[in-house]
Amino acid sequence: MSEPFLVGENLVGGYGQADVLHGCTIAVDRGEIAVIVGPNGAGKSTAMKALFGMLSLREGGVRLDGESIDALSPQQRVVHGMGFVPQNANVFPSMTVEENLEMGAFIRRDDIAGTMNEVFELFPILKEKRRQPAGELSGGQRQQVAVGRALMTRPRTLLLDEPTAGVSPIVMDELFDRIIDVARTGIPILMVEQNARQALAIADRGYVLVQGRNAYSGSGAALLADDDVRRSFLGG
Amino acid sequence: MIVVDDLHKHFGGARAVDGASLSIEPGSITGLIGPNGAGKTTLFNVIAGELAPTSGRVTLGGDDITGLPPHALFARGLLRTFQIAHEFGSMSVRENLMMVPGGQSGERLMNALFSRARIAREERLLAERADEVLDFLTIAHLADERAANLSGGQKKLLELGRTMMVDARIVFLDEVGAGVNRTLLNTIGDAIQRLNRERGYTFVVIEHDMDFIDRLCDPVICMAEGRVLAEGTLAQIRANEQVIEAYLGTGLRKRPGTDETTAQDGSDAHLAFPHPLASDAVVRGPITLSGESLSSAS
Repeated sequence: MSEPFLVGENLVGGYGQADVLHGCTIAVDRGEIAVIVGPNGAGKSTAMKALFGMLSLREGGVRLDGESIDALSPQQRVVHGMGFVPQNANVFPSMTVEENLEMGAFIRRDDIAGTMNEVFELFPILKEKRRQPAGELSGGQRQQVAVGRALMTRPRTLLLDEPTAGVSPIVMDELFDRIIDVARTGIPILMVEQNARQALAIADRGYVLVQGRNAYSGSGAALLADDDVRRSFLGG
Repeated sequence: MIVVDDLHKHFGGARAVDGASLSIEPGSITGLIGPNGAGKTTLFNVIAGELAPTSGRVTLGGDDITGLPPHALFARGLLRTFQIAHEFGSMSVRENLMMVPGGQSGERLMNALFSRARIAREERLLAERADEVLDFLTIAHLADERAANLSGGQKKLLELGRTMMVDARIVFLDEVGAGVNRTLLNTIGDAIQRLNRERGYTFVVIEHDMDFIDRLCDPVICMAEGRVLAEGTLAQIRANEQVIEAYLGTGLRKRPGTDETTAQDGSDAHLAFPHPLASDAVVRGPITLSGESLSSAS
């Protein structure tokens, strides 16, 4: 039995003295969407950072396609095919949309025009606004720039930290549609989401974290159907 | 309370706010919704003095406040929170709140040198008030934490907490719910309702979570392309064809399970390996890599 494409196993670590993660395990495989949900301060974003190498772990490790990547810096992990979209400050505000996308492709040496067209196809609004500074876009549009930029590296796996924070319902549906599209191309997607109900509805795997530990795990549908999960984390 | 009359804010050729007119009733919790790029945040920024309008007028309780700087509006009881939290990262959560009230004795050099006791007394009161606010927001345990270490949602709570440190008249909340867990969002909703009822705050709330809007807001204003598209109760707004087209949409087109790549029963039969999580069971507590429960395995 082969293991999932991206695995963070038994993660223990945090900032300074205090640990935020207390041995949680997160995994996502090809063609899958995995979603991390949980209360504020549960370590969801921290778990993402740990997978991306922005947090030094005291225990546990991260494997990509079966190989340990613990020794790699975040930059090297991008080269190895990890795309990461952080929660805030995820665009260059003074650069145009197009320049932001070009920055995303910084590590590539081949022709990026095709990928850029694909991104514009996914997010038509970005094509329309490609000459406008990203800082002038609204919150939801910026989020699309950030996801688009991550796609420019043609990542083998994509980590999204709250992609739908601050986007309108219609754009949220659209973003989730796009995320499903991206997942269908075989790219494993791991995301942290507060719109838990909608995110779990499209999730192959769901993880509920509480205080840096796995509290509930299961398919998105199973978690949605679970009474305890509904009451505690989905607001009834 | 607030009347906005034919307000324009243009950035070069882009008309972020393009002739918006609306009024906010005293004591109301008004919801402001609209598609991304409709100009909601820009409207907030103009009203709150962050940006000067290109043209138009804003009045607060009859007084013209168009273009007044944020600190002058703060003194008149007009406060706002930010979509992306603005905290002082190196200060503790309690200190972040103690910062808020203006005109503290310790701000003057003479007092700082000679009136130590008065300053200490003032700070003690402020610290008490800050702790009350933190208690109210259910983050009292984080009082001594550096604000930079808070999670995204906790920072949002701190944003809301700042407005509670002074006697505000009207508070503008810019997507206080974005990045906040839904259970916690209910707590914030309770807090907003209590502040509205007990302390008479008027709220204007930008939010995309329709459940949240539904619970709190009446009336609801929907903006699009820099103007007011519709106004009314949420039920009226929801029935408005233009709003549905511009904003609400009709749900996911590609629900999982409706595509041939996913098995019809919605199970993960297409996965390359058998995965325990693919079953319908929810695993409680710590798990191993293969998704099995640690507690039941050991």
